[in-house]
Amino acid sequence: MSLLVTPPEIETPMPSYLESGHTVRSWLLTLDHKRIGLLYMAAITFFFTIAAIAAALMRIELLTPQGDLVTSDMYNRLFTVHGVLMVWFFLIPSIPSALGNFVIPMMIGARDVAFPRLNLFSWYLFMAGGLLALYSILGGGVDTGWTFYTPYSSTYSNSHVMAMAVGVFIAGFSSIATGLNFIVTIHKLRAPGMTWSRLPLFLWSLYATSLILVLATPVLAITLVLITLERVFGVGIFDPKLGGDPLLFQHLFWFYSHPAVYIMILPGMGVVSETMAVFSRKPVFGYRVVAASSLAIAILGFLVWGHHMFVSGQSVYAGVVFSLLSFLVAVPSAIKVFSWTATLYRGQISFETPLIYSLGFIGLFTIGGLTGLFLAALPVDVHVHDTYFVVAHFHYIMVGGMVLAYMGGVHYWWPKISGRLYHEWTARIAAIITFIGFNLTFFPQFVLGYLGMPRRYHMYPEQFQTLNVLSTAGASILGVGYALPLFYLGWSFFYGRKAGPNPWGATGLEWQTASPAPEHNFETTPVVTTGPYAYPEGNDMP
Amino acid sequence: MNFTRLPFAFFLPERASTIAPRVDGIFLGLLVASAVLVALLIALNLTFLIRYRRGSPAKRGPIKISTWKLETGWISATTFGFLGFFYWSSRVYLDEERPPAGAYEINVTGRQWMWDVRHPNGRREFDTLHVPRGRDVRLLLSSEDVIHSFYLPSFRIKQDVVPGRMLSLWFNASKEGTYPLFCAEYCGTKHSQMTGQVVVLSPEAYATWLGAGTAPEGVLVHGRQLFIKYNCAGCHDQPSQIHAPPLQNLYGAMVPLADKSFVRADEVYLHDSILLPNKQVVAGYAPIMPSYQGVISEGDLLEIIRYLKALAQQPASTSTSSLP
Amino acid sequence: MSDILLEPPPSPFVDAKQHSEANHLGMWVFLATEILFFGGLFSAYTVYRWSTPEAFAQGSGHLEYWIGTVNTAVLLTSSLFVALADLAVKRDDRRWVTLHLAAAWLLGALFLALKAYEYNQKYLDHLVPGPNFDPHGGAPQVQLFMFLYFAMTGLHAVHMLFGLGALLWLLWLNHRGRVSSHRADAVAVVGLYWHFVDCVWIFLYPLLYLVAR
Repeated sequence: MSLLVTPPEIETPMPSYLESGHTVRSWLLTLDHKRIGLLYMAAITFFFTIAAIAAALMRIELLTPQGDLVTSDMYNRLFTVHGVLMVWFFLIPSIPSALGNFVIPMMIGARDVAFPRLNLFSWYLFMAGGLLALYSILGGGVDTGWTFYTPYSSTYSNSHVMAMAVGVFIAGFSSIATGLNFIVTIHKLRAPGMTWSRLPLFLWSLYATSLILVLATPVLAITLVLITLERVFGVGIFDPKLGGDPLLFQHLFWFYSHPAVYIMILPGMGVVSETMAVFSRKPVFGYRVVAASSLAIAILGFLVWGHHMFVSGQSVYAGVVFSLLSFLVAVPSAIKVFSWTATLYRGQISFETPLIYSLGFIGLFTIGGLTGLFLAALPVDVHVHDTYFVVAHFHYIMVGGMVLAYMGGVHYWWPKISGRLYHEWTARIAAIITFIGFNLTFFPQFVLGYLGMPRRYHMYPEQFQTLNVLSTAGASILGVGYALPLFYLGWSFFYGRKAGPNPWGATGLEWQTASPAPEHNFETTPVVTTGPYAYPEGNDMP
Repeated sequence: MNFTRLPFAFFLPERASTIAPRVDGIFLGLLVASAVLVALLIALNLTFLIRYRRGSPAKRGPIKISTWKLETGWISATTFGFLGFFYWSSRVYLDEERPPAGAYEINVTGRQWMWDVRHPNGRREFDTLHVPRGRDVRLLLSSEDVIHSFYLPSFRIKQDVVPGRMLSLWFNASKEGTYPLFCAEYCGTKHSQMTGQVVVLSPEAYATWLGAGTAPEGVLVHGRQLFIKYNCAGCHDQPSQIHAPPLQNLYGAMVPLADKSFVRADEVYLHDSILLPNKQVVAGYAPIMPSYQGVISEGDLLEIIRYLKALAQQPASTSTSSLP
Repeated sequence: MSDILLEPPPSPFVDAKQHSEANHLGMWVFLATEILFFGGLFSAYTVYRWSTPEAFAQGSGHLEYWIGTVNTAVLLTSSLFVALADLAVKRDDRRWVTLHLAAAWLLGALFLALKAYEYNQKYLDHLVPGPNFDPHGGAPQVQLFMFLYFAMTGLHAVHMLFGLGALLWLLWLNHRGRVSSHRADAVAVVGLYWHFVDCVWIFLYPLLYLVAR
């Protein structure tokens, strides 16, 4: 029932990218987009681990209503570290900088991205930012929350805000460089015959993501500069005692951070589109509309930031406008979910791990997205803003959506990355464990939120304990689901069965070349003559 | 639509305000719609996954119905469905947003890490808010330091408390009892301990409670004491050498400014005039009023504003200096 | 294996024309990010000017009008020279490329020198935001204006420094004979950046210097 094809021996004069140099220097000074993708993958796995440990400590603390594991101060630093590292040092670079760097040039039939040196530089920027963040953490951390609201962060907090803010600032330039590189690459380096309407949907998603990366991140950068200057000079830019306005910070921050959440989901949607097509052996239903939806999400995403500020003191009428736009921005996402479902219709479906992750994505992202409608409804938001309802909402999208898609993408492109196959049944079980653990962790949090439990609470009233215990139990299962791939993927890198060029029988230019990928991707530049999901008529197996 | 008889469920907190049923109505409406949609998607997906698994005998091949109609159909249905919820929720929000006239006003100041509540007669309490059942209550909120948020889950209301701004929140408590009060905007180390309760009493019990506090003075007496304490009287009392605008009929009036514009003297204007007096200078006066930033606490500031409001409601013949 | 970074990378481009187009597109995308970057400061400026107009008028009055005006002329002329350099490249006239680029560089340096003088004056007058700030009898929000003045012109000056570095690099490239009408894009692309920095100044000048006039 599986798609594996016995790999014929391929004579290729080009060494694989893994063999073109074995020294540390050949990795740290590489200009190969594939190696840079792996450098990013290693880095984000490291930061994910630290952030996950912080989450584990928080969930253990929350088993009991009292604050008995850590001090309040420590707890506040834990949730800040968790948020900062997960958002800026894991989720935002995950699919774009790790998988995207690896896959994009191959997918469009190019040798590399447009600006390889800029690409390597972007990784060093990321590492520099990460080092500063680590320095801040080791020095005691930050206790402002990842949202850095003023005047607490700019005037009152006694923690290492500046180092963390500057670290994120530098990492932001890594995002901008990556986005710029992708935009130029997709515009200019497509293989002959690959018109815009033949572009795989993963590339449409990453293109839309790159637009957000380059246009939104600079606003975050300047906002972090302003906080830093406020802490150093105390001029009152956000301090009401000197005529400043704390709400100005919120507008500037959310103008970036709302589009940022679309950076943290669009690439995942791209992976889902690819895997739904491959494992149904059918084109994605409604290709044009799905591509247009990616752009619509990117554009509309810039217009809804005020929904984070419904109770902040902004005008009532501004609230209504932002509410309307927030309801509308959900429409293109819904369209994608319907299109993916329709892709399964009359397909030839096989249940490899990437598909399992994608199906998980569809279910959990749908729930997360629907709860976004609850938050867009003004009276409901007034009640659940800053409660665990919001925490559950964004974890459903960022973990249930993006992380599952990232895992699906890693598994899908694993043969191209490593030249090996992972053990399919182990991987399926890990995916299912993750799905179960995730739901048990975060579904109770919707209930907690509507019941009134605020977020960022170190201690809580006793009536909330049962649901918290359920959530922590789920987290321990989720942890197992996260840890397993580290082991079996790592094992397969060295001992797994060798994969051929196209173990999934997929269309797509990256599968028309050897596994692991050759150093310069293609022997000769491919020429594209069909659309992106040209599976044979009648959906027969090859 | 009357939502007061909405069902209860384990995932809903108590409903103790007049707005709570309307909020729960929208929540339950969205919940039902979401559940239907999720059930539909699960059913479709499961059906397709089983029916069209690799090698199954089900029919494959191109679809006969027009895909454009299908897509237009689900795009329109989604858009109109979402807009319907937008309309419903915004209607409720706009209806309930403005406090009714004549609401009973209580001042609340948030500071790290406690709530400072002052009732109109001067009675003061901390981390607790006593209110009468069935009466429109308006809270005037300000912060001494960072952003906090005043959250009453049983009433389904919340308002951020922002330093430098005067914000307000209103409710009508429909059920007697004691309900939780939480700070809902992260504000530092003891954010999770900045909690308390709201106690809803019958109107008679509330009146008794109000009168039982230490030295219950009237608003005018208590406010006049503050007016003198902070030396507002030094310039603003009538027979004064220093040229300062009279205040007894100020609240609610249209004030001519030095830049030839006009502004209505509401709470925000009064708040800003005391803390940032040079921001809007009254026409015909020199900008010599000192700023009270850092001199007056937010709590006392709210009390002075309450005093000035009460002054404006006095009969016109009373002048400031003749008050006890 | 020899040093990968110093060797020219295996080019992902098919030909020089594609490379040139990619460079141009890259620079335009980068300039779009710069608009958003400065945009945050322009937003803060707009918000505070709307809420405290007199403080902004007072603050602006403390600035030396003549320095701002001279600097505007200097920067506009510098941009002119960069445009002339680009024309010289298209004529393959290496000598005039050098002369025009050098003139542009000198004017840019003059701009920064005048700015340094201006900042120093502000420091002596206690107009630098911070503990030593003296509002000179104006509203406390004059400090906010001065903060935005330093932040916006400071950010602009940082961009000027990068631009001066880029102009030096162009001079060096030209000296090595690597600028030609076949590979014209280095001067054109850096020129785009320089013109952008000039445009930002054209917005800063009236917003900062001409508030009270």
